[in-house]
Amino acid sequence: MTRQLNERAAIGGPPSGPAFPDPPAITIIQPEHGWVPLRLREFWEFRDVLYFLVWKDIKVRYRQTLIGAAWAIIQPLTTMVVFAFFFGHLVKVPSDGLPYPLFAFAALVPWTFFARGLTLSSDSLVANGHLITKIYFPRLLLPFARILSGLPDLALSFFVLLGMTYWFHIFPGLISLLWLPALVLLAMATALGVGLWLSALNVQYRDVQHVVPFLTQLWFFATPIAYPSSLLHEPWRTVYALNPMVGVVEGFRWALLANGNPPGLVLAASALAAVIVLVTGAFFFQRVEGSFADVV
Amino acid sequence: MADIAVKVENLGKRYRIGTARTTGSLMLREVVTNALSRPFRRFSHINGAHVKGSEISSSYIWALQNVSFEVPRGQILGIICPNGAGKSTLLKILSRITRPTEGRVELHGRVASLLEVGTGFHPELTGRENIYLSGSLFGMRKTEIDRKLDEIVAFAEIEKFIETPVKHYSSGMYVRLAFAVAAHLEPEILILDEVLAVGDVTFQRKCLNKMEDVKQRGRTVLFVSHSMPAVTRLCDRALLIEDGAIQQDGRAATVTSAYLLSKLNTTAERTWPDPANAPGNDIARLHRVRVCVEDGVTAASVDIREPIGIEMVYDVLKPGHVLLPFYRFFNEAGLCVFIAQDAGTEWRGRPRPLGRFTSVAWIPGNLLAEGTLLVSAGLYTLDPFTVHFIEKDTVAFHVIESADGSSARGEWDGNWEGVFRPLLKWTTQVCPLPSG
Repeated sequence: MTRQLNERAAIGGPPSGPAFPDPPAITIIQPEHGWVPLRLREFWEFRDVLYFLVWKDIKVRYRQTLIGAAWAIIQPLTTMVVFAFFFGHLVKVPSDGLPYPLFAFAALVPWTFFARGLTLSSDSLVANGHLITKIYFPRLLLPFARILSGLPDLALSFFVLLGMTYWFHIFPGLISLLWLPALVLLAMATALGVGLWLSALNVQYRDVQHVVPFLTQLWFFATPIAYPSSLLHEPWRTVYALNPMVGVVEGFRWALLANGNPPGLVLAASALAAVIVLVTGAFFFQRVEGSFADVV
Repeated sequence: MADIAVKVENLGKRYRIGTARTTGSLMLREVVTNALSRPFRRFSHINGAHVKGSEISSSYIWALQNVSFEVPRGQILGIICPNGAGKSTLLKILSRITRPTEGRVELHGRVASLLEVGTGFHPELTGRENIYLSGSLFGMRKTEIDRKLDEIVAFAEIEKFIETPVKHYSSGMYVRLAFAVAAHLEPEILILDEVLAVGDVTFQRKCLNKMEDVKQRGRTVLFVSHSMPAVTRLCDRALLIEDGAIQQDGRAATVTSAYLLSKLNTTAERTWPDPANAPGNDIARLHRVRVCVEDGVTAASVDIREPIGIEMVYDVLKPGHVLLPFYRFFNEAGLCVFIAQDAGTEWRGRPRPLGRFTSVAWIPGNLLAEGTLLVSAGLYTLDPFTVHFIEKDTVAFHVIESADGSSARGEWDGNWEGVFRPLLKWTTQVCPLPSG
């Protein structure tokens, strides 16, 4: 090795070592027209930014609050109580043989995660306009971070749900519990897919943020939270399963409460719908991303 | 071939301007009244892409057009942009915040853009949390921030307040923290937008030192500023961008003086070729006023250490009058810095013959302060008192100074007030301390 270096020095070539570092990364900036490929590698490079955005959202949400993280549980619990009284007790909506509060709560836990994620992500670009106009990072990380920041809340309310399940003397099997992360992933994918569409549109058309609460409410009733999907007949039941949250909610009820059928056609339909919304949402978002800073 | 850090080719950016209905956010009902495909086309309008057909009635403005330049590695390039619109667009494109309408940019290396102070800072988070958030937005890995955390806190001098939410910080602390994070980035290309203009004197000194440090390490810097002294002092080369195009590209001192002089609407030399239209009367007429340096070359910008010659060429049309040429010097603020007249040479008290006279007044080097001076030139007779001509703001020149030690500012690279900046003679004596 030393001999080689001496020879090179004798020839007069460039020295090896830190004096000549690796060639730097080249970034090319040019106008983009039409559909652009997804820059997935960039998301990996900016993973630290995603981490800090999620961390910021979580910290800021509960800073200077009195009961802090307890809010994560209060909302689904109170809804459940109200539903249990009005739908369960007064109206006597059937609940597939399960105690109504448990029936409703098992659906409310993933639903709250989804609805919050959807609402927060649809506004994420406009709310972070100051970042978008000042510094570069893949904008897709903003709605994604908003959704991810709902995970701790989901975990908390899930433990309450689990406690409630045991209290009603139902003990879910470990195998069925393993489906839960996949279901959460499905809810996340749906929230992200719709969130990407809505947040991108919201930058240009601000009335989207007025549409979101209304959309969430309608979606709530299109999902079997307050009522069981057994009220519907085939083939409508499968068409209905194109709502990805149907797959999530039914899946949760099956995994925890052994209610309904194991994941099958319903889940497949839900997953397919979610993937389509997500992929189209991602492509649309990236296509219009370049103009966010000009309009936001 | 030289190592290029930034290459910009034919860059152009077009914005759509128009009535409130067609810019910014739209209402959904307008979309609904149009065909469903319209929303997609509207996005490309904002990008300035080519529009087929003529259904769009708003007009376009080109914030930048045909901008091309190359920045070699290790150069500090100053960018001066008077009206501001082209500057922020250029910076946004180079920082990948917005897309160009046409053209191409190549950036070789990691880029960090400081377009404002405290990017990414959230008021509810503590100083430490904001360091992490802001640092990661600038491209630092978490491990990198962990490593540099103590240095950053020490640079900002806020050790005691690092765990307090930044909404409780004073504006000075906020700025120090923001700059401390930025100062510890290690990009190959750094883009700065006026961020050095904040903070107090001590802090500005720190920032300038850091900039020098950056220069030493061979990093490429694009520095946008409105402060001509800062640009002249820190930059090797400067670009003047006006009306969306590069108007000047050259040495920083040359470009800044050209800009300043064009702003003042004056040059370093002014000639009146036709005596009938020149200032003056039937006794004397002004022909030319010019700023020059020792070798006689006309100069718009002069080094502070060099003598400056103000030359006046005038025609004496009637003999027998005693004439006194004089100059009045005004700074940019309109203050009269001093007045000088020819009171001591061979023509004192002597009537002038016919002829074309050239009088030069020499201002010694190391006297004037950095800045721009406007010269008014005149000629008068004391007895009977007559002012033959006095022409205001005929020429102007720009005094520049580098902080390399041989002028009055020594190595001080911050602000230095004063209308004059003489290099005085100091004497120092030493003797033993008194006992007791």
